[in-house]
Amino acid sequence: MRRIPIPALIGLVITGLFLFSAIAAPLIAPYGVSEVVGDVWEPASSTFLLGTDNIGRDLLSRLIWGGQTTILVASAATVVSFVTGSIAGLFAAVIGGWVDQLLSRFVDLVMAIPTLIFALVVLSVMPVTIPVLIIVMGLLDSTRVFRLSRAVASDIAVMDYVEAAELRGEGRAWTIFREILPNALSPLVAEAGMRFIFMVLFVSTLSFLGLGVQPPGADWGGIVKENKDGIVYGIPAALLPAVAIAALAISVNLVADWVLDRTSSLKGGRNG
Amino acid sequence: MADPLLRIDNLKIEATAQPPGEAPRRITIVDGVSLELEKGKVLGLIGESGAGKSTIGLSAMGYGRGGIELTGGEIVLNGREIREASGRTLRSLRGAEVTYVAQSAAAAFNPAKCLMDQVVEASVSHGRATRAVAEARAVELFRKLGLPEPETFGSRYPHQVSGGQLQRAMTAMALCPEPDLVIFDEPTTALDVTTQLGVLSAIKTAIREQGVAALYITHDLAVVAQIADDIMVLRQGKTVEYGTTEQIITAPQEEYTRALVSVTAKAHEEKITELPPVLEIEGLNARYRGMDRNVLSDINLAIQPGTTLAVVGESGSGKSTLARVITGLLPPVSGKITFDGRVLPAERKRRTREDLRELQMVYQMADVAMNPRQTVGTIIGRPLRFYFGMKGREQRRRVIELLDQIELGEEFIDRYPAELSGGQKQRVCIARALAAKPKLIICDEVTSALDPLVAEGILKLLADLQAREQVSYLFITHDIATVRAIADTIAVMHLGKLVRYGRKSEVLAPPFDDYTDMLLKSVPEMRLGWMEEVAAG
Amino acid sequence: MNAYIAKLVAQRIALGLLLIFLVSIMIFLGTQILPGDVAQAILGQTATPESLANLREELGLNASATERYFSWLTGILHGDLGTSLSNGRDIASAISERLGNTLFLASWAALISVPLAIILGLVSVLYRGRWPDKVISAATLSAISVPEFMMSYILMYYVAVQLGWAPSVAMLNDRMSLLEKLHAISLPIAVLVMVVLAHMMRMTRAALLNVMQSAYIETAELKGIRRSAVIWRHAFPNSIAPIVNVVMLNMAYLVVGVVVVEVVFVYPGMGQYLVDHVSKRDVPVVQACGLIFAAVYIFLNMVADIVSILANPRLRHPK
Repeated sequence: MRRIPIPALIGLVITGLFLFSAIAAPLIAPYGVSEVVGDVWEPASSTFLLGTDNIGRDLLSRLIWGGQTTILVASAATVVSFVTGSIAGLFAAVIGGWVDQLLSRFVDLVMAIPTLIFALVVLSVMPVTIPVLIIVMGLLDSTRVFRLSRAVASDIAVMDYVEAAELRGEGRAWTIFREILPNALSPLVAEAGMRFIFMVLFVSTLSFLGLGVQPPGADWGGIVKENKDGIVYGIPAALLPAVAIAALAISVNLVADWVLDRTSSLKGGRNG
Repeated sequence: MADPLLRIDNLKIEATAQPPGEAPRRITIVDGVSLELEKGKVLGLIGESGAGKSTIGLSAMGYGRGGIELTGGEIVLNGREIREASGRTLRSLRGAEVTYVAQSAAAAFNPAKCLMDQVVEASVSHGRATRAVAEARAVELFRKLGLPEPETFGSRYPHQVSGGQLQRAMTAMALCPEPDLVIFDEPTTALDVTTQLGVLSAIKTAIREQGVAALYITHDLAVVAQIADDIMVLRQGKTVEYGTTEQIITAPQEEYTRALVSVTAKAHEEKITELPPVLEIEGLNARYRGMDRNVLSDINLAIQPGTTLAVVGESGSGKSTLARVITGLLPPVSGKITFDGRVLPAERKRRTREDLRELQMVYQMADVAMNPRQTVGTIIGRPLRFYFGMKGREQRRRVIELLDQIELGEEFIDRYPAELSGGQKQRVCIARALAAKPKLIICDEVTSALDPLVAEGILKLLADLQAREQVSYLFITHDIATVRAIADTIAVMHLGKLVRYGRKSEVLAPPFDDYTDMLLKSVPEMRLGWMEEVAAG
Repeated sequence: MNAYIAKLVAQRIALGLLLIFLVSIMIFLGTQILPGDVAQAILGQTATPESLANLREELGLNASATERYFSWLTGILHGDLGTSLSNGRDIASAISERLGNTLFLASWAALISVPLAIILGLVSVLYRGRWPDKVISAATLSAISVPEFMMSYILMYYVAVQLGWAPSVAMLNDRMSLLEKLHAISLPIAVLVMVVLAHMMRMTRAALLNVMQSAYIETAELKGIRRSAVIWRHAFPNSIAPIVNVVMLNMAYLVVGVVVVEVVFVYPGMGQYLVDHVSKRDVPVVQACGLIFAAVYIFLNMVADIVSILANPRLRHPK
């Protein structure tokens, strides 16, 4: 049994707490998501642990419910991004030829437009609902996963053991799923962590710009938007989601680093 | 008696290994090594990979690569203790009193600067010569080392000259500051055998003329025998034997040294059969896509059942391309491949499963020829399942049988490739090929990445398997000693053409064609004075 | 400069132009061939058939998509970006001033962050594994873990509101001196610098480490040359191309960051203009702004590639 290093352990625990509070939101949130329970921007008290928001809803409850939405949307978009991107990337690397060229050039083209800008262009004509958000974010981001998985798989595809499988007469499915995928998994898993963080930031940014999760639903970006006017009066309610986002992002980062570090050891170092 | 130039006393070198996810642990790399080197003498350090020879070499410069620490003993260079020396002292020694020649000159030269800038850099920055004097000296060295157009050679960039020339330029770079000691770290290992001879004799001449002392590090005893006055044999960080070159070569005391000295002397008796060939290649021409000339032109070959055809050539000779054409990875431009009496389709995809099964391949780098995520059992078991539909207990029994044939025990079945040594890995690859019950196995430089004694074991195993299973080998190699040890017939390739082909006894006997003559002459022989004989012609 | 390099550079410029052309198609398609049509999206589900028909007429939606695309493209090539749906004003004239403002903000952010990122990258490589490296790593990791708008509000809250050192809203007018302007946009610049710096520095560090681990650096060290000379003479010439690449790649964060930061600080630039009109579903404006942002980004990437072509010794000194 290998020992888990302290930073990774901290990361795992905090990530776990976030996931738990997202799943158990109905049980642990003191109040309902859009329940007005107090005055506008009440300071923290024993009734409202973090105070109230711009129309008197409990901030802690909003944060917990908002976390649920943010994490759900980000996870779903990560899944979309990963499934599309990695399957297309693996196939492009293994099949090669014009399929690879076509996919790669298309991805180059999409990536020539900054993601947020492209998302804004698309969202200007699409109805802004959660499924639309998930699909738009997931597909736009899948270009990055495509590039990574294609690069990783191309490196593996030229290995002698893949050639050996081909010379044995193995079919494409065996080559992809038994020879390449198990070896590509660790960088992809680490990347999944990074993509998830990016999605959290992305959906928060969209919501903040008013183009993400729509009121009365709550998410971390939206909470900032609602409470931003308080800033100039010295009311820091809008800063609380920042703490949540940063804590989540850093802890996922720590876990991803550890996964990458742990699994890269199998490949062995440079020295023989 | 005066102090020698370099004295190493009871040196101990350790490193901290940090396997990810595990606690760091100390490993000993060099343990209790002592040596002395007089001015103007050459000491050869020889050993297999992991013997600690490079580490000892670099320690004479007070330098340790990533995480290496000199933890005990004494290193005295020109009367100064190196191990405790300050960074400033070490800097004043490096590039001035002691210089270094790396194995891969291609990587060791800065790609962004011309050669002259790099060759004179140390002399100038240590104030050992003015730029003009250093450049004149460099040109002189270029000439001595046999570089083309020595006057203007220095204005070229590293990517503009060949590997052999770079290695000579690196030697010039090391000699330019007129140091007392040069450390040569496998300077000819990456070169082709015919290039190696030229570089080796250039190095020898240059260091003799300058009267500089050298530590010459290599894994090839025959090479070091040509250049060294004394030899130290190392194994796993410890001294096995230390003596004069003559004593080590002619009267080795230790078992291990004796094995090293005799390793290249084995020859195999030629087998002759009159059976129809298992593989016949006629009029084969091949080229890679986008190239305007053939990589292989007009190749005609045949292999008899149960015999070995060795294809010999240097890099760029097309010998590996030949393997790719036979396996169908590179369909030829023209030509016919007949296998076991039937014409093989050019493309792999058109071949039947029987075609694929009967023609197996073993690769040079066993490391990357096995999927690191599969156990030995899966690696060997897969062809059994794939070709013969063997499953479960039947498959396991057969895998154990095969493991037994390659002289590995049943306990290896659940191990991963990372848990095997280099030789064991190559054995598993051979077992995977055998599992298919092939008629022909293509062996692509299968022993080149292995240490000599391990390689010898693999060759013996291949010979035993051939005697038992009557399998044929197409054995691709650059090493004449390997050819002598395994071949029945030999094909010599040069620049994509077959320059000589026939039975071993004929190919290796005069009269020779020019290329084969040069190739055979370039192979270092394990005796003193060989290089001088060749040079004398 | 030799003919081969000239050819490569020309090819790269041609590729850049082609890419901008293709991106214009993508952006056009992005707003056209989606479920429903633009008129429906603008008016929402409750629109009457008549108002829909009117709007379609007004937008020229009855022409085929190809025709509309080419008339849009010809317009752009003549400097005509169309008119805004929401207020009927000419887009080009509305954008020109805002584009200037955005470039002003972005260039100052770039001017500060690029040298700083390279210096910090260098410092953390020099002190690799020691405390300066660790501090820089931790700081940049936190910086990339917080979205731009959050960072903006954090700064606004502490620097503008609590300390009162800088204005919390970035207003510009023509009577301001350069210094006054810079003071007005100091917070947006700070946010952009922090975001870009963090990403850029991490990648610069990785690129430099890669160079520092090359065998030729070891060769230089074994020549007994001072560490500063090793870096200056041997590492630096080989780091230009990777560093330029890193710098340009990270300009993407600047392009995206500027959009968000402008919204937060109510800065009269292109980004705020774009976001405003996305919520108004003002398609012509969104297309025009999207194209401009993408073109800037493609241009920056092109510059990066050209610099790495020029810095490559293999190309400068062919065999």
